[in-house]
Amino acid sequence: MHGVSDEMSDLLNIEINGVALQVKPGTMVIEAADDAGITIPRFCYHKKLSVAANCRMCLVEVEKAPKPLPACATPVTDGMKVLTKSPLALEAQKSVMEFLLINHPLDCPICDQGGECELQDVAMGYGQDMSRYHEKKRVVKDKFLGSLISTDMTRCIHCTRCVRFGQEVAGIMEMGAPGRGEHTEISTYMERAIGSEMSGNVIDLCPVGALTSKPYRYHGRPWENTTHDSIAPHDCVGSNVHVETRRNQVMRVLPKENEAINELWLSDRDRFSYMGLTSGDRLLQPMVKQDGEWKTTDWQNALNYAVEGLQRVKTASGAETIGALASPSSTTEELYLLQKVIRGMGSNNIDHRLQQLDFANQDTMPAYPCMNQSIADLDNINAALLVGSFTRKDQPIIAHRLRKANKSGAKVSVINSVDYDFNLDLSQSVITRPDDIASQLAGVVKALAEVTGKSIPDVLASSISSVTVTDEHKAIAADLNDAENATVLMGIHAMSNPNFSAISSLANAAAELSGATLGYLSAGANSAGAWLAGAVPHRAPGQQATDGKNAMQMITDDMKAFVLLNMEPEYDCANPNEALSAMSSADFVVCMTPFATSTMRKYADVMLPVAPFTETSGTYVNVEGQWQSFTGSVPPMGDVRPGWKVLRVIGNFLKLDGFDYLASEDVRDELDGLTRELETNSRSEITAVNLDSSKPELTRIGHVSLYAVDSLVRRSEPLQQTDDALAAMIAVNNVTAKKLGLDSGQMAVVMQSNTRVKLPIYIEDAIPDDCAFIPAGVTGSVELGLSYGPVEVAGG
Amino acid sequence: MMQGLKQFFKSLFMLELMKGLSITGKHLFARKFTLYYPEEKAPISPRFRGLHALRRYPNGEERCIACKLCEAVCPALAITIESEQRDDGTRRTTRYDIDLTKCIFCGFCEESCPVDSIVETGIYEYHGEEHGDLYMTKEKLLEIGDKYEKDIAAARAADASYR
Repeated sequence: MHGVSDEMSDLLNIEINGVALQVKPGTMVIEAADDAGITIPRFCYHKKLSVAANCRMCLVEVEKAPKPLPACATPVTDGMKVLTKSPLALEAQKSVMEFLLINHPLDCPICDQGGECELQDVAMGYGQDMSRYHEKKRVVKDKFLGSLISTDMTRCIHCTRCVRFGQEVAGIMEMGAPGRGEHTEISTYMERAIGSEMSGNVIDLCPVGALTSKPYRYHGRPWENTTHDSIAPHDCVGSNVHVETRRNQVMRVLPKENEAINELWLSDRDRFSYMGLTSGDRLLQPMVKQDGEWKTTDWQNALNYAVEGLQRVKTASGAETIGALASPSSTTEELYLLQKVIRGMGSNNIDHRLQQLDFANQDTMPAYPCMNQSIADLDNINAALLVGSFTRKDQPIIAHRLRKANKSGAKVSVINSVDYDFNLDLSQSVITRPDDIASQLAGVVKALAEVTGKSIPDVLASSISSVTVTDEHKAIAADLNDAENATVLMGIHAMSNPNFSAISSLANAAAELSGATLGYLSAGANSAGAWLAGAVPHRAPGQQATDGKNAMQMITDDMKAFVLLNMEPEYDCANPNEALSAMSSADFVVCMTPFATSTMRKYADVMLPVAPFTETSGTYVNVEGQWQSFTGSVPPMGDVRPGWKVLRVIGNFLKLDGFDYLASEDVRDELDGLTRELETNSRSEITAVNLDSSKPELTRIGHVSLYAVDSLVRRSEPLQQTDDALAAMIAVNNVTAKKLGLDSGQMAVVMQSNTRVKLPIYIEDAIPDDCAFIPAGVTGSVELGLSYGPVEVAGG
Repeated sequence: MMQGLKQFFKSLFMLELMKGLSITGKHLFARKFTLYYPEEKAPISPRFRGLHALRRYPNGEERCIACKLCEAVCPALAITIESEQRDDGTRRTTRYDIDLTKCIFCGFCEESCPVDSIVETGIYEYHGEEHGDLYMTKEKLLEIGDKYEKDIAAARAADASYR
């Protein structure tokens, strides 16, 4: 929006209300006024959206102009004199306000926007005190927009911010303004729920009460809420949020403006996951299982029981039979203390990489998976290659940045195993079966070697010699090579791919050859923090090499005791079937969890209620490597305690050294001291790859749906009612369906690792041949095995 | 000398006593102001600010729409409201409490109410025997409203022309 040149000499001299200002050419009057702190009333203008100039509220007087001009659509000119409070401007604003209120209902007391309504505020400041309108008001039928957004369309003033948001930011044109004049209505063209993963932002954008939050509807007023700064706990972006609380209860979550991370947007997952906090599953008291019966007890007893149990296992079968699995969305402090407890007991079996299948490259991995560039840098890239990433749903904020870059010409390509619907113009889209992603990436590497004239690193050269280079590979290579700022990003599906080490090695080679920045878009909110905190079996904090079992080995290697942190193995692990049987066959299982389920009651021996993100202090390290600490927004419910405190006391009970922390900051500072010297780097060694593995006839694609990523999201009722919350099903393409004799709508039996599950069939052309898309982490697929790999599907 | 004489006659004819008795006598026959409370009661203004009540519409629907203005305006923070969407889609309170031990009977709640739901009635004779008796809940307030609706409506009507 700002002018083309930054040179001082290009600045224009203008005057607003007698205040002399110097502004860049191309600036609109309203922007200049905003920067100078001069208020001009507005409805349709929004700094992050295009100028529509349809509300006319920002009319101002400009010297020598015959009529008042809209400040949002009037570019500054040299010597311009603007008056925002002259009689002409005030008269114009008052008249516009009167027209806006003609059809707007005047029943603020029952409107959910009351108290935070721009129309209410502007009417107070610029409107008349009485209405002169006595005729009939317009009434518009409410629209159904899904489980997140509630509508009162009669209140709409047609500012079209929501429409422009869909078009410009969310990237899917779901809402529009059909009809003209008196008949204008904002609606989805056909009655259907909004599918955007950022749809909640229209609630913030709507200046009136036409679009409001459905879960929060009629629950409170903004003046009653206390705002707490916090960090969103579901993706590696670490969006800044405001948690609004009232009487020690979380009322809603809103974005906190941070231009460097989430600007002023927030994904729906981060916005509405708080609804899971009050789920009926919340565990509020420590519980122990004695003689097969669950008993509520106090913390002293429960912790004693847990510690004695772990020590018993240690004496009987050795410390190496104790393992710990933690959600990657746990706080850094929790993860650090958990590994300290586990390592203090003499075991290195701790992991947070619950969805990962291939750990071969773990020793050469960088200190932590990061993007090696800031999130804001993504705005300026010229080319990007996404490998195994549905960025739009997995990290909506990253996708929004990529989309911004794409709109200004960046070439974005993907190599994925499902033809996901991206909200940007993909340059190239290579869709292939999951076990073939590495080969496709190898094609890009070869093409890059050709186009750059550099040679393929020796370790790779022979193993990828047989790969054929397609036109798509060449185009991707050319895009990456031509770009000044290029990036190769490995997403969640690349990291959970059975060939992750090959993909990582090839991505490194691609970055090496093209000069692109390599980055990981890791799972959970805190994978980076988990790596740094040493919640991996092969590295203690500060990079000291250790030898332990990874997440996959732990569930297959007959462990005797488990400590689970913030996770549910049947939903969070890459092999839910094995994970559950590992838990059942273990002698002792300690669950530190905010939620207790009936499954958990079957395998666990102690359940310790730990606080979700709103009730504990902690730190998340985002994909940029930025440490973002937050404090609890509300006191813990019931007898719940922050996870770091529980682990601290477990450390004391185990008589381990160095568990004398008084505050979570002490824990963080200790870890910070250990890791400060580490260099932020995403590159790792390029190793030989093996692309000739045998490929099963039918392979499963077990992506975790975006509303199944952690225990809190899974319990957020409104999110679970959206279309993005996938139910268990089998999606295959037409070719595969014919081959297997399946038909859409029919039920089919899935056979995987000796279990059979009946699921409905969907025909979906986005799935490559010989693949069955069966989402992981949802009820109905928890009995199944590995999220990738051979699977059998038979009709009826 | 003169002073002594004056004093002598004053005391001889008991003039001061007569003066005092005349006042007593005047009041003995004048109109009485004393009310035999509780048998007799003083008249009160329609603006009297006594016990609170929540009113209903004639069709039985509660008036309160949970706009929370009374809660916001209450200087003693005596009002606590929780609300949600009722099954029929309307905005309703699930909790409407007034702590009468905090209330200073300023009448702001009534002033702020856009639907004349919360009102202060003319009732001033109530007490609590146990802790919590003066903590009025939505049910109690509605009950008062139902019981005295006639008086409440009459008081509002009497004052209507001055509003």
